[in-house]
Amino acid sequence: MATATVHQTEREELISGSEAIAIACSLADVDVITAYPIRPYDTVMQYVSKLKADGAFDCDFIVAESEHSQFEIVKHASAVGARTFCGSSGVGWFYAFEAITVTAGLRLPVVAMVGNRALDDPGAFGVEHNDAMAVRDLGWMLYWVGTAQEALDTALLAWRVAEDPRVFLPAAISCDGSFLTHSQAIVNVPTQEQVDQFLPQYDRGRLLLHPDNPITVAPQVNEDWLMEIRRQTDDAMRRTSDVIKEAYEEFKQLFGRGDPSPFIEEYMTEDADIVLVGMGTLAMPVRVAVRRMREQGKKVGFLRVKFFRPFATDEIREALSHCKAVGVIDRDYSYGSPSYGGVLFNEIRSALYTLDNRPLMQSFIAGLGGREVLVRDVEEMTSMVQGSIDAGHVKEENTWIGVRE
Amino acid sequence: MTTMTQELPQVRGVKQIPVFEGFTSGHRTCQGCESALVMRLMIKAAGPRTIVVGSTGCMYVANTTYYSTPWVVPWMHTQLGSSGSAATGTAAGLASLMRKGKMQDEPINVIAFCGDGGGVDMGLSAISAALQHDEYNLLILCYDNESYANTDIQVSGSSPWGANSTFSPPGKVHRIMNRRWKKNTVPMLAAGHPDVRYVATACGSYGPDFTNKIRRALTIGGPTFIHSIDPCPKGWDYDPKYSHELGMLAVETGIWVQYEIVDGELILNGPSRAIARGIRRRKPVTDYLQRQGRFAHLTEEDLKFFQERIDETWEKWWIPGIVPFGPHDEGE
Repeated sequence: MATATVHQTEREELISGSEAIAIACSLADVDVITAYPIRPYDTVMQYVSKLKADGAFDCDFIVAESEHSQFEIVKHASAVGARTFCGSSGVGWFYAFEAITVTAGLRLPVVAMVGNRALDDPGAFGVEHNDAMAVRDLGWMLYWVGTAQEALDTALLAWRVAEDPRVFLPAAISCDGSFLTHSQAIVNVPTQEQVDQFLPQYDRGRLLLHPDNPITVAPQVNEDWLMEIRRQTDDAMRRTSDVIKEAYEEFKQLFGRGDPSPFIEEYMTEDADIVLVGMGTLAMPVRVAVRRMREQGKKVGFLRVKFFRPFATDEIREALSHCKAVGVIDRDYSYGSPSYGGVLFNEIRSALYTLDNRPLMQSFIAGLGGREVLVRDVEEMTSMVQGSIDAGHVKEENTWIGVRE
Repeated sequence: MTTMTQELPQVRGVKQIPVFEGFTSGHRTCQGCESALVMRLMIKAAGPRTIVVGSTGCMYVANTTYYSTPWVVPWMHTQLGSSGSAATGTAAGLASLMRKGKMQDEPINVIAFCGDGGGVDMGLSAISAALQHDEYNLLILCYDNESYANTDIQVSGSSPWGANSTFSPPGKVHRIMNRRWKKNTVPMLAAGHPDVRYVATACGSYGPDFTNKIRRALTIGGPTFIHSIDPCPKGWDYDPKYSHELGMLAVETGIWVQYEIVDGELILNGPSRAIARGIRRRKPVTDYLQRQGRFAHLTEEDLKFFQERIDETWEKWWIPGIVPFGPHDEGE
């Protein structure tokens, strides 16, 4: 648990991904936070409530009576100029779906944490990415973090980008249930001064709902104007890439850490024949497997997609343009989709379509419901991709890994 | 955060209702729409330092068409079931920003309105939650035209027994399709949230009373709730010129009871008080029902049943017209 002490220098703490985001809330001086219990995201709210109870963090912390209300409350708080945070998991995120979609429609910079969880029924607490992914078309920025450190850093980045007037779009930080939400790691917690320098106050500007600015928000537009308004939101999403790059560069200077790209992380991809692609904590076993296979002389690399929205088409295209084959590991499913592939697979395949030399593409569904993806699973997938290279074509476009027959 | 509310004095008579208009031209509500009057009276009473949030329904769709808003005060749409959450979020945002010195500290009225569909049906849970937050000053106003009137008049949990709607049309086999009795919303909220300092019923036909109720709700402190009965020419099927009269008839027949519950005390208002004290006789329900096309299919037997149910609420209920249950009679 964080203490009420004001730390003058960056400090190291052994904390979970959820706690890292709770600390980010306090450092960002979030004004209104709404909670509703569902595993595994709700640990973040347990930390937030304790920070408030201990006087370490001044915010209006509201325990809503449903996820729908949870997201509606922050939406309206954001409209009157408050910095906001909420979150959910699995079917809880779906219960809030109406509020989630209008938040993006209204261009309100709400930041949410999604503790990725399998969708009921049947009940399962473990990670799957289908919950957060369901909003991929609606105007939310979506980020999949890999470590607790990245969870904290990304939360700060999320408010900075979401509240930028060029953007004004909500952002969701996806954290793999258990593997990230509940696993502790050493995290560098920045100082208040660093954060204050990086994160300006949220200024809603001429869109502020206030008696001094008596505007009408979200009148009926119908076919007369909806298309233009959708286009404005699309433009805003297009602008996010530059704003993210700008903010990320500044972040790296101020905090002294970060990857070359805010959108993707490349691991031993440079000379790789096979590049595996995935999101979230999957990176851990995959990196281990890649190292092992490299020791055996196999030219394998890994590409971790961090921002799923905006989708870094150009960077991903560039990163995958030199390999012979790509194996996408989805921790999600998309029943009846093209090739019965995972969601990420089909996005990647679509992005690579314009390449002159398209790599072979293979889809893997793995680790559903929180089932662990083991190093040997990764090795198995890699050898299947190698088989496709050897054969000159992909025999099985989609394979479910580790399913009991 | 300021816990202060604005000073909004009670009015004595129509002439003291403010000249200020916060809901002006630009809306396209139906001729005779009583809910439009409710909006107008509401914002007259509240004044310009007010934020209004409106959930989906007639008073969203018919009022705010892009380029022609009638709202002079800041106004924002919220989802059908979200009036409670919208009020809470707006009030919480203001409270937090003012407490932290990020916004100038001043009492700003927060009003969220909903129709009966948004309030009595879908939004009940969020309204209940909003009423538990005594740290926020807010008012939720439910304008009840007794149907989902914006979507072609469908029956709601607040529609009267027997009413014809597009989801409860009288047919060859089933004459009465809506067999539900109107939900007793205000007593439910009052009994369920005893810390709430103000809940009331209201009717736009009684202008000064309506104004005073809005003002009490906004000045007493904490979350408050007002439920108004709004005659609807389209949904109730009558000549638009009779809206005002039908509002009065709802009260005079005892179908709608006018009251407020202030700090745990029940105060009956106007004709309802006179009826309860036996000073005035209730008019027969047929005076009200037979003026509306939505009840045209009711038989003599149906009308008798309706009258008996209303009589029962006044003669058998523990608190006439309001609380249906009472203590068990142990006998002496």
